[in-house]
This record gives sequence, structure tokens and C-alpha cells, in this order.
Amino acid sequence: MASLRNNSLLAACSALLLAGSILLAPSLYAQAVNSCLDCHSAQDGPLQVTPEKFSQDIHAQKGLTCVSCHGGDASSFDPDQAMSRKAGWKGKIDRRQVPQLCGSCHSNPAYMRTYNPSLRTDQLDQYHTSMHGKRLAAGDTKVAVCVDCHSVHDIRPAIDPRSPVNPVNVAKTCSRCHSDAALMKPYGIPTDQFANYSISVHHDAMVVRGDLSAPTCTTCHGNHGALPPGVDKVQNVCANCHAFQAQMYGKSAHFKAFQEKGLPGCVVCHSNHAIHMPSDAVLGTGPTGVCMKCHAPGDHCDKARAAILTDLTQLDASIKDADQSLRLAESSGMEVSEARLTQDQAQDSLTKARVTIHTFQTALVDADVKAGATIAAANLKAGHDAMVERNHRRIGLGICLLAIAFMLVGLWLYIKKLES
Amino acid sequence: MIAALYRWLDDRLHLDDLIAPFKHKTVPRHRLSYWYFFGGITLFLFMIQVLTGILLLLYYRPGANEAFESVQYIMTRVQFGWLIRSIHSWSANLMIFTAFVHMFSVLFLKAYRKPRELTWVTGVILLLLVMGFGFSGYLLPWDTLAFFATKVGTEIAGQIPIIGKPIMIFLRGGDEVTGATLTRFFGFHVAVLPGIVVVLIAIHLFLVQRLGMSVPPKVEAEWTANPSARREMKFFPNFALREMMAWYVAMGVLGALAAIFPWNLGVKADPFISAPAGIKPEWYFLFMFQTLKMIPSKVWIIDGEVLGVLGCSLAGLLWLLLPFLENEKSSRSKTWVTGISIFALVYVIGMTVYGFLAQ
Repeated sequence: MASLRNNSLLAACSALLLAGSILLAPSLYAQAVNSCLDCHSAQDGPLQVTPEKFSQDIHAQKGLTCVSCHGGDASSFDPDQAMSRKAGWKGKIDRRQVPQLCGSCHSNPAYMRTYNPSLRTDQLDQYHTSMHGKRLAAGDTKVAVCVDCHSVHDIRPAIDPRSPVNPVNVAKTCSRCHSDAALMKPYGIPTDQFANYSISVHHDAMVVRGDLSAPTCTTCHGNHGALPPGVDKVQNVCANCHAFQAQMYGKSAHFKAFQEKGLPGCVVCHSNHAIHMPSDAVLGTGPTGVCMKCHAPGDHCDKARAAILTDLTQLDASIKDADQSLRLAESSGMEVSEARLTQDQAQDSLTKARVTIHTFQTALVDADVKAGATIAAANLKAGHDAMVERNHRRIGLGICLLAIAFMLVGLWLYIKKLES
Repeated sequence: MIAALYRWLDDRLHLDDLIAPFKHKTVPRHRLSYWYFFGGITLFLFMIQVLTGILLLLYYRPGANEAFESVQYIMTRVQFGWLIRSIHSWSANLMIFTAFVHMFSVLFLKAYRKPRELTWVTGVILLLLVMGFGFSGYLLPWDTLAFFATKVGTEIAGQIPIIGKPIMIFLRGGDEVTGATLTRFFGFHVAVLPGIVVVLIAIHLFLVQRLGMSVPPKVEAEWTANPSARREMKFFPNFALREMMAWYVAMGVLGALAAIFPWNLGVKADPFISAPAGIKPEWYFLFMFQTLKMIPSKVWIIDGEVLGVLGCSLAGLLWLLLPFLENEKSSRSKTWVTGISIFALVYVIGMTVYGFLAQ
């Protein structure tokens, strides 16, 4: 009995020890690596670094410790020894030194290869070319350094959705400074970029539709080498995604005219941060119309604009009419899947025509519109034909049902006669 | 002319001897006689199936790359192809419906009792085979719904302990539903099942002719008490003409359904997409499907699906042997069978409706 009780006690103690080990594992791990967290987890404010926070840091996960950046002797629990200059302790890293410190590893291809061979090692070089880097070199410590964007002591890889530099979070991270009117005032930079971006089609794609390939601040401005692309190079930036539009625009009359006047290409019509989903109304004369900002009413270009707008509107209406006609036929049980399939081609022609607008040549837009209009007209006819066929079927059914009714009456009378 | 031809044939084949029993055959005439027509309507719809099926065969091409396109061709290009296919599909559904009605009418009119036990057994097997027709034919257009319904259906068959997996692989022609499954189902649909069904229909009809029409016990009791109330009509032409009227009505309903609601052709099956949300089998499998869905994933130590499949199989076997479970002399066993019949009807209708409404 006693032995049984001893065994139970032993088992209970073992279970407690195991549970305690699991619960205390993060702090035990940190203590095994360095002693800095002992004191700093008890500090308040910016000096506080808890083992939980540091354990989230990619550097900690890869085996780096506080000493790797701050120097000192992490094995000593004596503060004087641990933070001794003799032991290489650097204390709080000066903002001006941050890029250089990060770059000491991140610009070393041989070293970085041992952790992540696919990671780029030109961040520091790029940073030096950025407006942030240039201003920092000029002694302006308010500009962004590595830790302002990547955070500090809990730096996560960019692919981590919790990272401030994850594509979904980038705009918000940039806006921490660029939407701060007081901070931006000395630089004369507007602070409405984030507000404008938030209502743009790009933000919608990124945040609402979750498309991580959609553009955010760094897509156009660069990340480590962040700088506005320059007025005459805007189309090169947009061309990274909108290749066809850029090619057409590059060969158009507008390209030359905009260059001569020093206008920023695509931005002239589409704006920069508040880029809305373009609609045919952009070609109109209403509040969303852009052409008449430069062109005079009645001139050659205005007539071309009106013609293109009419073409596009008509094609759009034709496709919708065909769609409605096919839907009606489908709801009547008619088989119009082939016409339904070609409806996509008509829609593609409309999309192509909207892209071809960037050539600003009515003949080319016309060709696309005509191709779509031909398909839409055929599909409209297919829908109508299906409805005519449906009516024929119903008339045929009516005749058959009448014949059947006559047969039934005839049979009934015959049976009655037979049995009378 | 026709009479001369008949005489010529009769001289050689003695047709009069063959027709004689039909001339003397009579059919009981009472207030429940109209239930007799459902067997004939089911037979009529089966004949429509054979005829339209043969016409569809002229254009249908079995194969994962061609089946959908060939059905699309039938629906859009072939003259009256849409009508033939719609009639084939609607007739299949109506045939299963009338077969169910016929079965339950036989059950409630007590027509399964001695000496008609074998008629019942062949009838139940025929119903199962007709459902097999439905299951195999459903895949043939190779559309998305059919593809996934077959996937789910064959998976359920695979749940049977020990023999389930080999059966599933046999049905699919491999581990997955592929073009091989389509070819196989086509073979079942146009060769294997029709062959078996035709033989069974012949036996079923022979038994019906041999044993005559059953009179419901209540009507029989009334007639025994009052023999002058007994009414009969000649099978030919009186009953046959009435049956013809029923067939005309069935033809009218079928034509109206096919013309007003042509059978839909969905989207071509794509094995690489995920199953459409809330996919359900055809209505005649819905009560079984819903039953399987409602069984918990684990019942004691038995897997829920296995339990469901075994339960359904056992219920089917008991249903088949129902006439043998009823003791002729025990009124208690008769009450039990009546109770089970009512429960089965309510259960099948209730679960089918629930299956339709359930998400």
C-alpha cells in the first residue's frame, strides 16, 4: 500500500515538473541564452523587453541574442559586468548607427547565406540612396531607420502577416510617419497619401480581396531605397503591372506631349494614391471626366473622345442586352451555353477596347469595339431565337395535349359504350 | 387485310391458344381499382426509356472528353434532340416515382400476401435496379453535379465492411471517379441493367398474369358478406382501354414537363475543382443520404457511416423479405407489418422533404 502511495506521489511530482517545464520553457530558453532579459523584462517603457516578446523575434529564433546587437556579457548576472564597455557593451544603439549595425549582418552575403540564401543583401546600399538614408546621413535623425519599419526586439519576417512590413501592413506602417502632419511639416510633404490610398482600387485589391500582389507604398516607391519615382518615370513604374497600357501610352501622342510639358504620365489622368477603378465616365464631361481638363470643347480630340465614349457605351449596352436575353432563355430552360461562352469573348473585347484607349487612336479602339459588338449581336440573336423556339415548343405541346385530350375523351366514350 | 394476316399467322403459330387466357382474364372492379394502373404506367415509362435511350445512343459518345460535348450537341444541334433527352430524363424520374407509388399501393392493398410473395420480391428487386439505372445514367452527361454525386455515392458503397472497398473500385474502375467510371457506368446503363431488368419484368408480368389481380382484404370481406356486390371487368378490352387512358395521361404529363422544363445541362465536370457546396443526390436517394448525414460520426465504437450503410442494407433486405415476415394466422404480425409500412412511407417522404430543405 505504502509503495503504491509512493509511486503515485512520484508520478504526481513528475507530472508537475513536466507541466512546469512546458509552461516555463520560453523564459528558461531566454535565460539559457542571456541574462539581459532578467532585468529588462522587469523594466518599464522602452527598456522593457520580455522573453515572450523577444522569443517572437526571427533573430532570437535563429539563435542570436541581445549581445549580437548590443554587445556586453550576457553570461554575467552582475549588471556592471554584463553592461561593461570592456565587454563590448554598446548600450542603446544610436539611430544614426542603426542601418550600419543591421547592415553588418544583412549586407554580408556569406553570413546571410547561412540563414537564408534567398534573402537580398543590398538593403543598406539601397537605404543610402533613399530619401531616408540621405537625410540621415545629413544628420536628420527623425527619418525612418530599419527599426521604425521592421520594429525592434520582435522583428518578424515580412511574410508573417503580423509583421509591419507584410504587404498588407506596409501602407499603415508608412502612414505612422507620413500621415503625421507635425512630423511632415518641416519637409513640406503632404499627409493625405494614406487616406487617398485607402480609397483606391489598389487598396481594395490588397485589403478587401486579399491580393498580396496588389501595389502598396513600396511597390511604387521602393522599400529600402524609398523615393518618389520621378515625374517622367511614372509610366515605367505603372508598366510593371499595366504593361499593355504602358506600351500603348508610350507610342501615343500624349506621351510626347506630357513629356514636353513635364507632366507625370499616368498620374495626369488616374491620379497617384487615390486611383479609382476606371470607368467609361473618365472619358465623359462629368465630374469624373479627365479629358476636358486639358482639351477644349469641340476640338478634334474632344470629338474623338466623344466617339470612343459612344462606342464603349454602346458595346457595354449590347453585351448587357445579350446577357439579359440569354438569361431569359436560360430561365426558360433553353440551352444557350455556347452563346453564353462567347459572351466572355464580347466582354474581353470591351476590356481590350478600354485598354486600347491608351493609344488614343479611335480606329484601333473601333476595331476592338466592332469585334465585341459582332459577338454581342450574335448572342442577342441566339437569345431571341431560343425564346422563339421555346414558344414553338409550347405551341407544339398545346397541340399534342389537345390530341391526347381528344383521345382520352374518345376512349372514355368508347368504354362507356362498350359497357352499356 | 389485318384479319387475313392474323389468320395466316394463326394457321402456323396457333395464336388463338396464346390469346385465349387473355380473353377470359378478368380484373376485379372496386373503389380502389385505380391503384392497379401504376404498375402499367411504370411499364409504359420503361418502354419510353428504352425507345428514347436507343435514340440518344445514336449521338451519345461515352468518354470523359466527349460525353458532355455529345449531350450538348444532342441538346442544341440534333433535331428534337432536346425533346428526346428531356423525355428520357423526366421519364426516368417519373418511372421511379410511379414504381414507388406502385410498391406502396401493393403494400397497403396487401397484394404481397400469399400467393404473390415472389411478385413482391421481383418487384422490389426491379425497383432497386431502376434506381441503379438512375444512378448510372446520372453520370453519363459528365457534368459537375453528376461527377460529384457519383463520387459521393460510390464512396458510400465503399463504407461496407470488407467488401466495400473492392465494390467501390469495381464501380469506379479505379481509385477515383474518372473516364473509366463513365465507360463502366455506360456499360451498366445500356447493357447489364437492361438485360437483367427485361428478364425480371418478364417474370414479374408472368406472375401477375398467372396469379391475377389481388383484391384488397377489406373489399374481399365486403364481397364475401354480400356476393352480389362483386364486380369484375374483362382484361381485354375493358381494362386494357383504361390502362391505355392512363398511358395517355402519363404521355401528356411527360410531354408537358419536357417542353416546359427541358432537362438542364450543367457545367462540364472538372475533377480538379472542389465539390459544389451543399451537393445532394437525386431525390430518390435523398432519404437514404439524409439518414446517413444524421447518424453521428461515431456510434459507440462503430463508425457512423458504416453503421448507416449496414442499417440501410439490412432495412432493404427486410423490405425484400417482408411477405415472409408476416404470419398469415397472426393478426399481431399483420398489425406490425401495417405499422412498418406506414412508418416507411412517412419516413421516406419526411426524410426526402427534410433533405431538400436541409442546408
